[in-house]
Parts: sequence; structure tokens; C-alpha cells
Amino acid sequence: MSVEERKAAGAAFNSAKERIESALEHRRAELALSKLEARLAEEALDVTLPGRGRGRGGVHPISRTWQRIEEIFGSIGFDVADGPEIETDWYNFTALNNPENHPARSMQDTFYVDMQDSGGLPLLLRTHTSPMQVRYARMHKPPIKVIATGRTYRVDSDATHSPMFHQVEGLWIDEDISFADLKGVYVDFLRRFFESDDLQVRFRPSYFPFTEPSAEIDLQFASGPLKGRWLELSGAGQVHPQVVRNFGLDPERYIGFAFGSGLERLTMLRYGIDDLRLFFDGDLRFLRQFS
Amino acid sequence: MNIPENWLRGFVDPKLETDTLAHLLTMSGLEVESCVPVAPLFNGVVVGEILAVERHPNADKLTVCTVNAGKEKLKVVCGAPNVRAGMKAPLALMGTKLGKIEIKAASLRGVDSQGMLCSAKELGLSDDHSGLLELAADAKPGEDVYTVLELGEHVLTFKLTPNRADCLSVLGIAREVAALTGAELKNPDIRKIPANNDSAHAVGITDADGCGRFAGRVIRNVNAAALTPAWMRQRLERAGQRSISALVDVTNYVMLELGRPLHVYDQDKLRGVIDVRWGRKGEKVLLLNGREVEVDPGVLCITDDSGPIGLAGVMGGESTRAESTTKNLFLESAFFFPEAIAGRARRYNFASDASHRFERGVDFGNNVDGIERATQLILEICGGEPGPTVDLVERLPQRKPVRMRVARAKKVLGIAIDAKEVESVFRRLGFNFANENKIFIVNPPSYRFDLEIEEDLIEEVARVHGFDKIPAHPPRAPAKMHARPEARRSLHTVRERVAACDYQETINFAFVEAAWEADLAGEANPVRLLNPIASQASVMRTTLLGSLIANVRTNHARKLGRIRVFEIGRVYLRDDAAAAGPLSVAGLRQPVRVAGAAFGPALDEQWGSPGRGVDFFDVKADLEAICAPRRLRFEAAAHPALHPGRSARVLIEGTAGDDAGYEPAGCLGELHPRWQQKYELPQPVVLFELTAECLTQIPLPRPSQPSRFPSVVRDIALLVDTKLPAQAFLDAVQAEKPAVVQGVWMFDLYQGQNLPAGKKSLAFRVVMQDTERTLTDGEADSARDALVALWGRRFGAKLRA
Repeated sequence: MSVEERKAAGAAFNSAKERIESALEHRRAELALSKLEARLAEEALDVTLPGRGRGRGGVHPISRTWQRIEEIFGSIGFDVADGPEIETDWYNFTALNNPENHPARSMQDTFYVDMQDSGGLPLLLRTHTSPMQVRYARMHKPPIKVIATGRTYRVDSDATHSPMFHQVEGLWIDEDISFADLKGVYVDFLRRFFESDDLQVRFRPSYFPFTEPSAEIDLQFASGPLKGRWLELSGAGQVHPQVVRNFGLDPERYIGFAFGSGLERLTMLRYGIDDLRLFFDGDLRFLRQFS
Repeated sequence: MNIPENWLRGFVDPKLETDTLAHLLTMSGLEVESCVPVAPLFNGVVVGEILAVERHPNADKLTVCTVNAGKEKLKVVCGAPNVRAGMKAPLALMGTKLGKIEIKAASLRGVDSQGMLCSAKELGLSDDHSGLLELAADAKPGEDVYTVLELGEHVLTFKLTPNRADCLSVLGIAREVAALTGAELKNPDIRKIPANNDSAHAVGITDADGCGRFAGRVIRNVNAAALTPAWMRQRLERAGQRSISALVDVTNYVMLELGRPLHVYDQDKLRGVIDVRWGRKGEKVLLLNGREVEVDPGVLCITDDSGPIGLAGVMGGESTRAESTTKNLFLESAFFFPEAIAGRARRYNFASDASHRFERGVDFGNNVDGIERATQLILEICGGEPGPTVDLVERLPQRKPVRMRVARAKKVLGIAIDAKEVESVFRRLGFNFANENKIFIVNPPSYRFDLEIEEDLIEEVARVHGFDKIPAHPPRAPAKMHARPEARRSLHTVRERVAACDYQETINFAFVEAAWEADLAGEANPVRLLNPIASQASVMRTTLLGSLIANVRTNHARKLGRIRVFEIGRVYLRDDAAAAGPLSVAGLRQPVRVAGAAFGPALDEQWGSPGRGVDFFDVKADLEAICAPRRLRFEAAAHPALHPGRSARVLIEGTAGDDAGYEPAGCLGELHPRWQQKYELPQPVVLFELTAECLTQIPLPRPSQPSRFPSVVRDIALLVDTKLPAQAFLDAVQAEKPAVVQGVWMFDLYQGQNLPAGKKSLAFRVVMQDTERTLTDGEADSARDALVALWGRRFGAKLRA
């Protein structure tokens, strides 16, 4: 073959070789792909089968409310405190301007236990979270700004009363914290808690030995199943000067407000629960709905 | 307290609808709980005069009555036992609707009835269904009964706070209404009734610290059997007082009208001088409620020569009771100090209208008014000859002037209320006051026991002015940052972590059955409630385990197969060494605990994992996850609630640093089979209980630089005595491990027939690494050999062939 011919033949040969190799490569890739596809098809899962492994529990609806309250008040700088549930007469009553034999004591039916304080008075189960006002205020200097949530107890057991329930106590003491501030803080709290501006709050004069002026706080929803009804929610007021004195402070200089609200009531209104007993009989069919 | 509206409007009659008035009172601090008519509205019931009563021809218990219905005479079949000719009773005409019943012409056992004669219950007045409601003899046949009986009158039910004793009467509420509305208060018409003889009964006050004032009067020759007039009975009944007898009704009427409790004695039964004094030990008195009580020097008594004849301010005694045969009576109108009465009735476990008022404070200015008013009513109803009113005044409560600064009111309320408005409020409240340069001086009236300090007056101003007029403004405060320390976890975070391990939170009562404490905590002497609501809620728990077992039982009974619950709460432990502190009560510790229970399958039954019951090691892993990053150790230890071979004390790593050591944190184990049987659980329950404090304190991370050189892994399988705990091998390594050993953990356990008797095989994985260079195989092998030698020396362990 001439040089020219050889060149041409070589090129043709190379081109044929390339085509053959490419065809082979293509075929190999095809085979690999179909093998892979076969494998993948074989490995396919029923993705609708339930996931394996552990389930998840949940927190109690009261705890959920408790946590939200702490978050809401925490957002404007309230500290969180908690203290004893078996209390002395002094912290639960006397320090809160509610001396022995006072008719206001019959407002709260008290559980007593078989132990006594140093003065011989029986210890009791706290009837409200208010003793924490006194304990916390005696440990801190103004401005005092705290909420205390926890279990409280009263001798009362029927469809709408539980012998054990939860309260949140709020206290803000400084040189200029007024009743108008109480209204501002509490109304704001309710709007954040219920995530609605569509509610009315009213402050109604009342009486508690440890606040003056005292108020009951009522709530009314503008929509929903409870629309239009006034619902009692809280007791509140300006801390009584004698109680401020029991904090170890001068009431002429320091004033402020306190409030106490029931967590059960808040929780029931928030989630539309109408039987208080559901909270305490440990029925997982009910509780699991809050996980 | 119930106040019939017409009675109230007799004293003050503002131009307001009933509901508006009720709302106004509620918003001023006198809560009106309900405001409803005496009976639901009905039409078509008229006064029926029963002209004749004949026996029903076909029924023994029925009668056929001829009734004058005003315009016509009707035949009505009636089954009431008290029906008689001449009586007047409500007659529901045909077409009338009473509740859900519509009266129609009907044939009753063959006799046509043209209406229905009604009982009080049928009209919705009361539950009385014993017979026809008898109407007054002078009622005109055909008149509308709803109108005749004033059934549209509203009754206002008040829920009063203990500070407002002055409002425990129609007059008290009327004063408040006048202050709030500006309507004129018509004070009760108290006429002085002159004596027409000089009969008197001698009275003394020995203890003026209990009784400050004692007014009294003798009325002779009364007819105590006279009937209480219908108008008075109606008012009393609507105010919630049962009519008893004319004399008692009069005293109740005056108490409700003026807030002035009175007592009436049969004077002929009194023995000598009436004296008010503290009781003496051993003295007893039989009270009007039929109970005999023993008094002591803490109880104020009304006495005569026979000893105590009543508990002052609480209840009179049986021996001097006025009855229908009483001829001469003695009226008492006293003032007792609230402190001398408070709590006394409760001590004897009852309450009375008098004690309710006296312990809150009764007007000490109207004693004589009360006597005069009662005299007038007694003379009207029972006749009689009044003697002179005797009024013994020993000591009255001090009414110190109270100061209120307008500036202070502004500071407390957060709103300026000017002196003119304050003046207007005080004037409407009927206070006697002076205003000197925006400082008010108020002399509280004798009926107010709640005005002693400046804040008391500020409250009066605020509530009469209106709480709703005080603005709601968010306070200003320095924008100081506020964050939880990083080394603390809140209990809410702990809750979330336990929930993430598949436990559902429950909240249980802190008082439990004594048996749970004895069984599950070995606690024979828990703190006991003196007044439990039930015997199975009588002791304060020292462990949360009992409550959780109860949760498991309840849910098991509801057919749940897999139950995992937890609770965070306090326990109550007697501890003589515990001192009183800022957050503690002497003699007690009340720590918060976190406890859980797992029952049933380890996982919900499903296709992907073989089913098996939950066991100790499942829950152990949960605890390790919950407590991380703090590490746990577990030591075999007995616990009253737990299976002796499957029970551990849990220890938690300290937070201070690597050398902090471990501290006790709680327990983990399987419920003792004995209790599993007693508490009727078909499968084991794994329980844990930890101190919450351990879970809320966490160390800050203390990271070290990872080595750049590769690590080497060696597995070691040992043959060791069955009884040796795995932990011992790890502890031994910690103390003496070669420097290159980074970590050792146990990963396999084998116990089987092909091992020598009394032996088990434990497999450990050892990770080795040098921070400076790559380890050679030789170095790794010699470190492994060193470990094997160490375990051989300490525990007689041999490599498993």
C-alpha cells in the first residue's frame, strides 16, 4: 500500500476501532445500568410501612401552660421561683396580713399536717402560691419582679374543685409600680397567652387580706364557644402595706402589685377542656393528645 | 345573701333596670352572683276560689272541685290532699303553659277537667309538692297569680367579701346603691316606742373586752302564737330565711333589714341578772340547735344565775328559748367585739347568721334602733306591753380618723383623681371628713370595720370612681438582660427530655394511701394530714413511685398494653436536722423528684422489631440519655419497692470537673414481684426515681483538641467469674490504664454451656491513640496485653480462647 493508502486505511481502521469500542462501552454501560436498575428494583421498600424505633411521650397540659407563662413573663424580665408546699402558718397566712381567726381564713379551707412550727401552730399545705411572695421578697432587693408557679391545696373536692391545683403568683415591687401597671401587665399577659387581642378583661373590686386595692380579674372572649361570658380568672391587687413591711421593706417607698391565677382554669380555657378531673386521673388517652 | 328587689327599692330606688343595678354593684365590689325573678314568668294562672269539693266517682284519691275563676265557674279534677271548700289556690286555665306542660281540656277517669289547681312546685316556686299552694284569704278570684304574688320580683344573690360586713343587710346594700347612683337613701322609719310600764330585766357586762354594749327591753303579755303576716313571711322566704315563729321571724327581719342581730328570751325562764362574761372551764350550754357544747375562758357567754344560757354572738340556749307559750319576753341587742367572736362558731363546727355578722363587725351605733324596730313589729303582730329600753354601754370600738393623701392615691393607682372627685366619693359614701390641702381626714362610720389605713380609703375612692376608669398601661423598666445560666437546665427542659424518651407526664396528688408508703418506701411514719379528704389520700408521699404504679394500673384497666409515665413533683421527708431557711421549713425536706414507670412491650408492637417486654436495661439507657452529658453509675442496692436482684442505686457524675466523683441521684429497678402481685399487674414494671437537682445542673463543655493521628482498635474477650460486675473492669482501667488508651467500653456478654461453670465472657473494645504520632501495631498490642494483665491480676480474668 502506498503511504497515502496506508494513511487512509489506518484512519479507517482507527475509526472502526473507536466505533467498536464505543459500542462495546455503550453496551457495557447498558448492561451495568440494567443490572443496577434490577438491584434497585429489588431493594425497593414499602415506604408506607411504619418507622421503626421508639415512640414519643409528652408533657402534661398543665406543664405546658406553666412553661408558656414562664416564657411570657420571662420576656419582660420576671424571675422564676419556687418553694415549699408544706408551709408554716406565718408564711401562708400571717405574713400575708391574714391573722388567726380572721374571717378571711375561711375563704380558703386549709389542709393541716401532723407537724408544728416553732410556735406550736400546725404546719399546713399552702393554700396559694402567695407565701412565695414573702419568701422571695425577703431574699431579694427591689426591684422585685418574680413569678412563682406550683402546686397548691384546699379542702375542696367536686366537679369544679380539686384538692390539689396549680397557681402562678406574680409580684412586682419597685418605687412606682401602680394599679394601672398591674392592669397593663396582666391584660398584656392574657393577650399573649391566648394569642388574641379579641378578648375583654375587666378588673372588679374584691377583697384579699394581702392586697389593697384588690381586684378579681375576669376575662371575656369575643368569639368561640365561651363568647360573651365573663370568666373569673385571677385575684390581684396592690400589695398591702403590712405585707410590704413583712417583706422587710418600707411601704411608703416601695409599692407594687401581686396576682395569683389558676393554671387549670387557664389551661381549660386555652384548650377547651371542660372537666377539671381529667388533669389528675392519669388517663393516657387524654394526656397523649398534648404530646 | 339574698336581697329581694322590692325590699331594697323601699330604701333606695334609682332609675335603673335590675340588671344594670346588679352590674353596677358587681363592679363596685359587691358581687351579684345571680339576679333572677322569684318564679319563671307564666300567664294564665289565676286565683281560684274553691266553692265545692266532691268525690270523684271513679277514683278514691281524686276530687272534683267547683272553682270560681272570677268570670266563670269551672269543674276541675284535683288530686291534692289539702283541697277544701273555701280555700283559695292557683288555677291554671286551659292553654296555660307551665314549663313544658300545657294545660288542656282533659278527661280524667271519665270526668272532664277544665284547668289545673297548682302546687308551689308546679309554678316553679319551690320544691313543695305536698299540696295546693294556699293563697291569702282576701285574694280576689280571677286575679293573675303572677302579679298577686309579685313573682316577677327579682332576688339579688350577693357573694360578699369578708371586709364588707356592713353590707349584710338590705339597708347596707341600699347605702351602697345610694353612694353609687346618687339616688336618695330613705332611712328606715325608726319610731321610738315609749314604755307603758317599768318592767325591766337587770343586765351586766363583766367582760367589756368581749361585749362593749348591751341594750335590752322587756315586753309583757305578748301573744307569741300569733301568725307571722304574709308580707313578712314572703320577704323572709325570698331572703332565704324560713319562717319559724312570729318572734323569731321579727328578729330575723330586723337583722336582714338593719344588719342588727337580736335575740329574744322568754323572760320568765331567766334566772336573775343577765351577765356577759368569758366562759369557765367545765361549763356547758345546750344550744338552740340541740347541741350541747362545753365552753372555756376563750368563749364569750351570756349567763344568768344558772350559768351560761347562750354563746354570745353565736347562738342562744335552749333553757331560755321563747316559744309559742311565752308571755313575757326580753329582747337583746348587743355589740360584741369581732375578735371575741371570730372562729368560735367554727370551733364548734357550725355557723349562724349572727356569728357570721359579729365576727366581721356589727354596727355598734344601731343597738337601740334595732330594739325599737323589733318592738314596733312585735306590738303589731303579737301585741304586748313594752317596758323601758335599757342601754348599757361599757366600751365601744375606737374609730380613729384615717388620713388619705391625694398624692399617695395617685402613686398607688397610677392615675390622678383630683380632690374634688375624692370629696364627692366620700360624701356619697356618707363619710364624715375634712380636706386640708389635699390631705383628707376621714372619721369612719360605726358600721364600717374596714377603714383603718390610708390604702383602705384609696380603695374606696378607686372602687366608687370605677376600676374601669383606671387605664391599663405597661410599666417602664430598665431593659436589663435576663437569661438562665448555661449550666442550669430548667425543669421544663428536663420534662422535654424525659418525654423524648417516650414517657408521658402525669400529675398526681401529693397525698396518697399510707399503704403505698409502707410498701414502696418502707416509710411507716410519713407526714400525715390531720383533715384528709379521704382515707386513701391521708399521707404526704415520700416517693412518687406509688402514684406512678397507680397510673399504670388505671391505664392497664383501660386496656392499654404499653404504658410509660413520668411525674415531676415534690416529696415530703421528715428530717429533724432540717432548719428553717429562706426556702425551707424546719423539720422537713421537700425535694423535687423525677420518676418514671415503664410497663409492657419495649416498643409498640410492629413489623420491624421483634416484640419483647421492657426491661431494666431499656430504662437504664433512658436514664443515661436524660442525664447526659452527666454520666451515671449503677450499683446493685436494695430498695423496698424493687426486685432485690434487679435494683440499682443510681450515681451521677459531679459537675465540677473530671475528678468530682459521683453523688447519689436515685434508684432504678424492677418492681418487686411481691408488689407486682399485690398491685395486680400482669407484667413487670421498671421504675426509676431521681432527684431533680441532679438533672437541672449540667457542666459546661470542656472540649480538648482531637488527635490528628489515626486511632487503633483492639477487642478483648475475657473469661471471668459470673459474679463480677462489668463496672469493676472499667473502674480498674480508669485507675491504671496505659497512656495511649483513649476509651474502653464493654460491648458483649456471653453466658453459655460451652463456658466453664461459674464463668461468663465479657468483651471490651479498646480505642488507642497517640497525640504525637501514629501508633504501631506492636505498641497497640503491648497496651492491650497490659490491660489483659491488669484484669488478670485484679480479677483472675483470662483471655477467652
